[in-house]
Amino acid sequence: MPSVFGVLFDGFAYGMLLFLMSVGLSVTLGMMNFVNLAHCSFAMLGGYVAITLMNAFGWPFLATLPVAFIAAAAASVVLERIFFRRFYNSSDLDQCLLTIGIVFVSIATAAYIYGTDQQPMQLPPYLRGSIAVMGLDLPVYRLFLIATALLITVVLVVTVETTRFGAQVRAAVNNQRMARGLGINVDGLFAATFALGSGLAGLGGALAIAMLGLDPQFALTYLIYVLIVVSVGGLGSISGSFAAAMLLGFSDMAGKYYVPSIGAFLIYLVMIALLMWRPAGLFGRR
Amino acid sequence: MSANALATHGLNKNFGSLVVASDIALVLPQGVRYALIGPNGAGKTTLINLMTGMLRPDGGRIVLGDDDITALPPEERVRLGLVRTFQINQLFPHLTALESVTLAVCERRKVARTWWRQLTAYGDEIDEAYDILSALSLASVCHRLTRELAYGQQRLVEIALALAAKPKVLLLDEPAAGVPREESRELFAAIAGLSRDITVLFIEHDMDLVFRFASRVIVMVGGRVLVEGTPAEIAADPRVRAVYLGKARHEAVS
Amino acid sequence: MTSEAIAVRPLQYLQAQMRWRWSEAAFWLATLLPFVLTPNYLVLASQIAITALFVLSLDLILGYAGIVSLGHAAYFGVGAYTAGLLSKWGFGEPLTGLLAAAIMAGLFGYLTSFIVVRFRHLALIMITLGIGLVLQEAANSASWITGGFDGLQGIHTWPILGKFRLDIYGYTAYGYSLAGLFVVFLVARRIIHSPFGLALRGIRENGLRMPAIGAPVHAHIRTIYTIAAIIAGIAGALLAETTETVSLEALGFQRSADVLVMLILGGTGRLYGGLIGAAVYMVARDQFSGLNPQYWYFWIGLLLIAVVTLLPNGILGGLAHLARRMKVTS
Repeated sequence: MPSVFGVLFDGFAYGMLLFLMSVGLSVTLGMMNFVNLAHCSFAMLGGYVAITLMNAFGWPFLATLPVAFIAAAAASVVLERIFFRRFYNSSDLDQCLLTIGIVFVSIATAAYIYGTDQQPMQLPPYLRGSIAVMGLDLPVYRLFLIATALLITVVLVVTVETTRFGAQVRAAVNNQRMARGLGINVDGLFAATFALGSGLAGLGGALAIAMLGLDPQFALTYLIYVLIVVSVGGLGSISGSFAAAMLLGFSDMAGKYYVPSIGAFLIYLVMIALLMWRPAGLFGRR
Repeated sequence: MSANALATHGLNKNFGSLVVASDIALVLPQGVRYALIGPNGAGKTTLINLMTGMLRPDGGRIVLGDDDITALPPEERVRLGLVRTFQINQLFPHLTALESVTLAVCERRKVARTWWRQLTAYGDEIDEAYDILSALSLASVCHRLTRELAYGQQRLVEIALALAAKPKVLLLDEPAAGVPREESRELFAAIAGLSRDITVLFIEHDMDLVFRFASRVIVMVGGRVLVEGTPAEIAADPRVRAVYLGKARHEAVS
Repeated sequence: MTSEAIAVRPLQYLQAQMRWRWSEAAFWLATLLPFVLTPNYLVLASQIAITALFVLSLDLILGYAGIVSLGHAAYFGVGAYTAGLLSKWGFGEPLTGLLAAAIMAGLFGYLTSFIVVRFRHLALIMITLGIGLVLQEAANSASWITGGFDGLQGIHTWPILGKFRLDIYGYTAYGYSLAGLFVVFLVARRIIHSPFGLALRGIRENGLRMPAIGAPVHAHIRTIYTIAAIIAGIAGALLAETTETVSLEALGFQRSADVLVMLILGGTGRLYGGLIGAAVYMVARDQFSGLNPQYWYFWIGLLLIAVVTLLPNGILGGLAHLARRMKVTS
């Protein structure tokens, strides 16, 4: 049985991964109210792009990360232009069904190309093993994950809080009609935010391979966790996604180690309880 | 037995630092026709939302007749006779006009929850709905889907729905809004034909309607009640002119 | 057209609307065909009838009241396990099993309806998903009752009405399931044509207007949710009794998702849409059962995208649209 600190550390790393994979969905849901259940397909795409570059083309791991981001972002732009924008005013149900259809197609395509097994992956030597920090053995990869994710989070927060782009995003999330009235190009803004969020998901997917594994079911398995993060955290809220992702990361890890038989059960119960207490999410508005 | 149909005491509402209603104290005696006017953003629709329970006030009380309704949900207030219409039609697009009004009548008569009897067994309710629609000259189109009706007719269905609830106090939010001149005759006739037992408060920008139908006028600005009086008094009040009527006269001329 | 409307009194007009159409009679007569035409497929037909009943229950909350549920299989599963356990513990009388399942599923539906009714949009989807997942996990953990992954063993269904024994060809199974479907369908049809049915359509059409005409929206939704849970429970019990097995997939997410796809395929809010969607989906799945499950979901995914993009009201909606256009041009 690993130490409490080990579980916490793992939970922290897992939470950061979940945050990277969820924040894009939270913001785009808050901005356009578009229920994109295919969000984790972009994460999965990032993962498979990274794997292909590493295993088939021998790229170093770190170099695949930006490509994963770009590939997922590009794919999302294409899908958004062709399909999604026609459904911004459709019912929740239609949006759900459309995006679930895309999830199914993505899973089947991944299975067809790569097979249904977990993808084998070799971390570069400098990311393997653990290092001793102040008397504790910390796995290097987890440290790397946490550091990268924190860096991205800081960049994200700084962008949203200080840049003009960030201010426009906040305005559009807060009140779309008003933002349009102020002359903000909400459609273009949304396309950019959507690409950014999907790119982050793709990056999260690539980073997740070494910790969570990668198989075609990834798009569905982690969709549920991402949805929990987004609904509990509150739509359109970066801090909400962060808090909810941390909460879920810790709870899930603790559950897996300490009460494995009822771990998942508790997660769902806690989610229901939290939503009943705060239907709009912890940091949500409506 | 209170002679006042509706009264509010110290009604407050704010969204963060935005104050949309400040210390609203109104007393509406029974049977009187009130017009509520004011510039856009004055908080007129917000006041109606507060009165009907769609918005919860931060402070204050609302009294309907003898009952304090401040804590009641919207449907309970409708049961007690406080009914409103919406500025933008809130109708049932794929229900026919008759079905829509019949639904309202059934809800009022508390038979809407019976799932084991056919609708056709409720002839009284259907007839009552038909009568309401006939009084508004909608009998000939009562079997058409609401979405297929002309806008003026839809606006009349909006009023029909409210009348089906047998209101004691009727709050009309810009009843003539968006209705082209040609179609507004029936609308004005409907408003004029409202029973004298019903206390009416209507928001309007059309000064024609205000002077024709209202016996008293309330002016709201910036979430506050500025002044209240007869139409003549209001028209002559310099404060009101400065804030509102001056602009309206420009619009009426052009 | 309007002059006809004036001439016909409103009550008569509504009565004409609610009358049984010949197409409906044809549909139900057609359900008897498998006995004669495809006797080798009666087991499948029985499965289709049961699933159609389940889809019908989802239509009542989704197509009529507008509640998007990703966890409706929870009530199906409760019904299945109730009937299964009752039989396993020694009392295999099928109609009693149906009654017990209806009560348990209805109770569970009634209790959860208080939660469900408070949510809209994404939160509602998550809550219904969560309820389904919680129940799935609970059933998995409580394997000493449910048999866990292996499923419930030892179910033995007594002859229906004392006379009709379950046979391996499926004659009794299909007859039983079809009868169950038809009876419940009659009830559902009555609900739709009642004042309550009108209120449900009002909720679906404009949830904002309903309180403004004095409608107790939450109470209405709780009622239909409970009724839908009861019907789903009956469908689950039928499955348990006709197949004499119950496994975890009865209340799994897969079943909740499949039933949603079937309803959309056939068309929501038309009662018959769900039945047709179930038939088409399950026949297709049976025909393609040799296919790798991965590929099946590829085509289902494409189908979903196609239906949402091109045929938003499902098969029946498309047919109705076609019929309207033909009426206009002829």
